[in-house]
Amino acid sequence: MQAYQRMLDPTPNGLHSGESPLLRTVGLTKRYGDFLANDSIDVDIWPKEIHALLGENGAGKSTLVKAIYGLIQPSAGEIRWQGDQIVLSGPSEARSRGIGMVFQHFSLFDNLTVAENVALGLDGKESFKDMSARLEQVSKIYGLPLDPRREVWQLSVGERQRIEIVRALMQDPKFLILDEPTAVLTPQEADQLFIVLERLKAEGRAILYISHKLEEVKRLCDTATILRGGKKIQTCNPRLETAASLARMMVGGEIREVKAAAGRQTTIPRLVVNDLSLAPDEAHGVRLEHISFELKGGEILGIAGVAGNGQDELFAALSGERLAKDPGTVVIDGIAAGHFSITKRRKLGAAFVPEERLGHGTAPRMKLSENALLTGHAASGMVHRGFIDTAATLKTVDQATETFDVRKAKRDPEAASLSGGNLQKFIVGREILRNPAVLVVSQPTWGVDAGAAAVIRQALLDLAAAGAAVLVTSQDLDELAEIADRIAVMFHGRLSEPLATRDATREKLGLLMGGSSLEPKEAAHAVGA
Amino acid sequence: MQLVLEKRTERSNAIALVSPLIAIGLTIVTMTILFAILGKNPLLALQAYFIAPLTDGYSLQEIAVKATPLVMIAIGLSLCYLANAWNIGAEGQFLIGAVAGSWIAVKTQGTDAGAWVLPAMLVLAATAGALYALIPAICKVKFGASEILTSLMLVYVADLLLDYLVRGPWRDPNGFNFPTTAEFDPVATVPLLIEGGRLHLGSIIALLVVAAAAILLGRTIKGFEIRVVGAAPRAARFGGFNANQLIILTFAVSGALAGLAGIIEVAGPVGHLQPGISPGYGFTAIIVAFLGRLNPIGILIAGLFLALTFIGGEQAQIAMKIPLDVTKVFQGILLFYVLACDSLILYRFKLVFPNRQVARGAG
Repeated sequence: MQAYQRMLDPTPNGLHSGESPLLRTVGLTKRYGDFLANDSIDVDIWPKEIHALLGENGAGKSTLVKAIYGLIQPSAGEIRWQGDQIVLSGPSEARSRGIGMVFQHFSLFDNLTVAENVALGLDGKESFKDMSARLEQVSKIYGLPLDPRREVWQLSVGERQRIEIVRALMQDPKFLILDEPTAVLTPQEADQLFIVLERLKAEGRAILYISHKLEEVKRLCDTATILRGGKKIQTCNPRLETAASLARMMVGGEIREVKAAAGRQTTIPRLVVNDLSLAPDEAHGVRLEHISFELKGGEILGIAGVAGNGQDELFAALSGERLAKDPGTVVIDGIAAGHFSITKRRKLGAAFVPEERLGHGTAPRMKLSENALLTGHAASGMVHRGFIDTAATLKTVDQATETFDVRKAKRDPEAASLSGGNLQKFIVGREILRNPAVLVVSQPTWGVDAGAAAVIRQALLDLAAAGAAVLVTSQDLDELAEIADRIAVMFHGRLSEPLATRDATREKLGLLMGGSSLEPKEAAHAVGA
Repeated sequence: MQLVLEKRTERSNAIALVSPLIAIGLTIVTMTILFAILGKNPLLALQAYFIAPLTDGYSLQEIAVKATPLVMIAIGLSLCYLANAWNIGAEGQFLIGAVAGSWIAVKTQGTDAGAWVLPAMLVLAATAGALYALIPAICKVKFGASEILTSLMLVYVADLLLDYLVRGPWRDPNGFNFPTTAEFDPVATVPLLIEGGRLHLGSIIALLVVAAAAILLGRTIKGFEIRVVGAAPRAARFGGFNANQLIILTFAVSGALAGLAGIIEVAGPVGHLQPGISPGYGFTAIIVAFLGRLNPIGILIAGLFLALTFIGGEQAQIAMKIPLDVTKVFQGILLFYVLACDSLILYRFKLVFPNRQVARGAG
């Protein structure tokens, strides 16, 4: 029976003859209302395999792994573990069978130590002392150095991820699921992680590796399963594919290429930040320290860095959601605006796109026209003597819809009913239609499908070509390389000198993201991994 | 098989309109059971509550009179609640308005003061209500004190202040020691709309307040601000709106409206200041605000409906000896069902049949 199925469903590299898969899903289906998040998915995971799960946001990757980890119950289909059909009552049962998972969003208590956090995630049969000793041992064996006594808030994102990985490894899993583990890592930290994963594989464990970074998958993974729109498209050997062919399978068509206008002219400085320092307004927030840069019209400056190094705080200081004491710290089009509210800064011609689409960039349960008013009331002729001009707000919705190909069910739906990519196109469109002098945008394509991402990047390039100054914060180095003229790196609330994009190699950026300096004599002060 | 709540992709406007009706229907079913338990004929009781008051002109006028303070207070409260500011103390602001306005009436008693008296009373009452509401608002903004608790506690302060005044300094010397002021002079009284009837000018003011609120919320940027601050605080800050300023503003407006309702009640239907001028208008208005979906027109309808329960309660007491407190039980059950039915706007019920085969495989 097994052999028969093997012939029908040939594994790509043919390494598994005579064994049975460690985990197999058969026709796994998960339905939310009318929406099929997973549509009868068959996946085989073999021991000693790093198996990539590829797909765009909303393709059904998270749903599939949640079902495998027992977080949700499938609506139909089955999960077979070492040949036996199982029904997982919850994650603890999955863990006891030998399935571990490392989430993209960590579940750690900031004010507890590393050992205490690990203890909370284990079943607690051994003493705290024994557990701490074993923690140190496991972290040493796998080259994941951790001090069990340090409190989590003092640790970098990379170190926090190590806690999650070590916590999973302490249960000696046969099968480990990692959800976008490199999204928060510097390139160097990612390399170290790959060494650990290769070692786990050599020990006979299986790894399911969720990612949308194709080069990474080609380098690391033996098998790749591609999901699109809740369906399995193909299982293949990623090493035999090109990044472009993998992308085509993910997206289901060609991706529009982004083109910079030739011979873009830079003009006068339009956004200048002078020695901006700002204390955090919440516990464990990041203090901004002596940030200075100058951004000319026609130019795109990229800010790279691992999340949580002060990017959110910088956005708040630039937008005016938090005010600086010294007006001269933020200068918009020649006017000192550090003490100006966000509305006044908009009136100077600045526009802002925050990272969080729902709840920050838009009010989720309000209509698009009302969300157009949210940022347009300051300077777009939408308000006359305190009264709202509904026709003007609807016109903005229509224009954004047309110019940026926003797809929606009706003319003026609630923001929350749009998909991530379409809502992001609307938000970026809403700001660009105001024809801003300065655009500050944070994570413009985070969680957005490839088609929408291309539209948004093109819009940013076109805006710069029209003479605006554009500041883009992103964790996606490929995105910055594609659109930015210069790239600076944020680390611990400080901003590096910007590098011209052609000089900004992954290695250089990675060093800066890890807190090292590029000048050798200062390298001694390097912090972090 | 199990029943689950499933999130809707977009809020259902149909349910938003129907949900108060479902809530009223469920309340009536519950009340029917309650009447049966009390040993009363449910049909007769419901007839006394809901039909009888609608059948004669006097009761109809009385419904409008009772609805007037409810609607005015509820409009103010709806602004607070939309902006996520929880003013629970409208009853206190109502009483303080009544006291402040009455001060002018008491001081000008028996003098030949002119037509300025009533307008001055209205303005002073509104100002006093606003200032009284600002106490919890400022405590909230400056010190982070829960406005729910502070505004509620100030109700009792206002209640006792009124009690002290009518038993002490303002007591009518010719009032046989009853705790009440003398009847207000005609210039200090809200004029009637129909000679010899009950309907007074206050009802017109309440209608104007409804219209103003509808324009404010539907057409102006200030109304938009109020709605965004409540619906998505972080987005509101990104939009450049200051949530603290709005807490101050909405509390002041709702306090002013409650204070105005207070003096209109005293200088209108009651005619003098005394304890017990409010059968809990300030609290019932909370139900009116939610039953009316925090929408001005909805509040007008809900206010009339709740006024009906007051009048119906009195009729049922007279006709069937049903205790008056049953009216409060009714109002409480109604609020409970209104809030419960509201979840249907964002969620829907669904029957789920789990996969039998998989379940058996668990064994």
